[in-house]
Amino acid sequence: MIDLSVEFCGVKFQNPIVLASGVLGVTGDSLAGVVRNGAGGATTKSLWPYQHEGHKNPTMFGTEEYFMNAVGIPDAGPEKAREEILRYREKCGAPLIANIVGGKMEDYAEIAAMAAEMKPDVIEVNISCPNVEDELGKPMACSVSKSAEVTRLVKEKVGDIPVTVKLSPNAPDIRAIAESVLDAGADAVTAINTLGPGLAIDIDAGAPILSNRVGGISGPALKPLAVKAVYDIYAARKCPIIGTGGVITGRDAIEMMMAGATLVGVGTAVYYRGQEVFGEIVREMNEWCVENGVSKISSLIGKIHA
Amino acid sequence: MHKLDTRPKMVLIKEVVRENEQVTTLVLDASVGAEPGQFVNVWIPSLNEKPFSVAMDDGKEMRLSVAAVGPFSNALCDKKVGEKIGVRGPFGTKFKFEEGEHLALLAGGYGAAPLYFLASEAAKKGCTVEFIVGARSKGFLLNVEKARELGVNVHVATDDGSEGSKGYNTEVLAKILDEGGIDCVYTVGPEVMMYKAAQMAKEKGVRAQISVERYMKCGMGLCGNCCLDGEGAPTCVKGPVMDLEKVLDSPEFGHYHRDQLGNKHNF
Repeated sequence: MIDLSVEFCGVKFQNPIVLASGVLGVTGDSLAGVVRNGAGGATTKSLWPYQHEGHKNPTMFGTEEYFMNAVGIPDAGPEKAREEILRYREKCGAPLIANIVGGKMEDYAEIAAMAAEMKPDVIEVNISCPNVEDELGKPMACSVSKSAEVTRLVKEKVGDIPVTVKLSPNAPDIRAIAESVLDAGADAVTAINTLGPGLAIDIDAGAPILSNRVGGISGPALKPLAVKAVYDIYAARKCPIIGTGGVITGRDAIEMMMAGATLVGVGTAVYYRGQEVFGEIVREMNEWCVENGVSKISSLIGKIHA
Repeated sequence: MHKLDTRPKMVLIKEVVRENEQVTTLVLDASVGAEPGQFVNVWIPSLNEKPFSVAMDDGKEMRLSVAAVGPFSNALCDKKVGEKIGVRGPFGTKFKFEEGEHLALLAGGYGAAPLYFLASEAAKKGCTVEFIVGARSKGFLLNVEKARELGVNVHVATDDGSEGSKGYNTEVLAKILDEGGIDCVYTVGPEVMMYKAAQMAKEKGVRAQISVERYMKCGMGLCGNCCLDGEGAPTCVKGPVMDLEKVLDSPEFGHYHRDQLGNKHNF
């Protein structure tokens, strides 16, 4: 019997696979469904302190190598979030990560306080979505001082709920950003958000495919960048990390753990392998551990740094 | 498992047919290999993209019957022969039936579009088909003549009695179920009608397949907007066609739905 459990900032997860923010996760029942399908925990879509409109369709498409999206972080606001999180708690005992986002600095303090009242196990701060222009995104995610300031604002509001900050691969030095948010009080980091944005043009239509014109890149092509980001951050700080980006199989997840991840976020893999992907990845990790004589999966965290 | 490339493809409109006061059929010079019950996402570049059930796909060409109800569907209905629109799919589950079965198809309004596709496929497989169509009035009926030409048993109900029997099509379904011998009920249309039909089928111990409509964005089971409470699975992948037991187990079906932000609205 392999011990697949991991402890992340003092919270126990039955296995290291968690739903990444942005995929499914609109409703409590769908979050619970992800856990029923095998995930060790789930992350909500980004929660705003107010209702926020998303982009028009098309918002996403995939190819064999990569996936692109610009959904625009639609959200019905905190009242609905409270109801859905309550519903999740009624149905499911696995840890819940509440992902929060804002347009301005003050928004982060406001939604952090609101989210803390909903009593999630972990709060994840999205400072790195590349698809919402002129609000957040590049300036904040790529600025050492602004990333630290957001972290401090959030930490002040959430009591003893652990905070992880979701970082962008678009920063010139992701390790510097990671260190700045950890120094500002973050308990962990999540690496990485989508890359880009990129642009895809339908040449027959003579128009960009996504209604937002540009969109974040995820999927298999993102994995080497994600693994490298996790590796660099772990080398610098040995902090708890949610490693996410291009994880499609159990082998990918183990690779992410060896680079330094404690939890592994899975999102776009639903496109490649369907709703059942969470349990399948966990099964594949288990098989690999059996074949390789690993009895505790947590022993793999940061293994290549030794 | 999804198709790995889900970029839209631009396809030519080769014919435009005005069906009734509300519905226009676009005949497209391409097939996506859709079967009855499935849907495609239709894209007008720079405007928007919306899901539409497939009204016919014979492997060479495809038909979409579009009701002009909002800005996007109106723009689609105004498209001319020779123009192109983007299509991707097919997405979602299909209606299932066995050769030689006796089927009752209950269509409300433009629900007659995908159900005509099912009727024509079922008729080819030797099924006996009761094609029950309901609409506000005569001017909103769809595919009634075409279904008659198919040789299936057509039943019409209109709210104002301008054609067929006056009243709800579910009353016609009730009579047909009372007569017995129906293997399965198939329904597409307003949710209140489908909810009633599902309950009627359950009471009679007859199977039913329901086409559940939710606000679908991606069609790939990722965005999560169309997840149906209960199992919480995305309707675009686990539906739109769902079995009776699944929909009646859901606390959501027949009671409320969510908008594009996830806000609940009661029916």
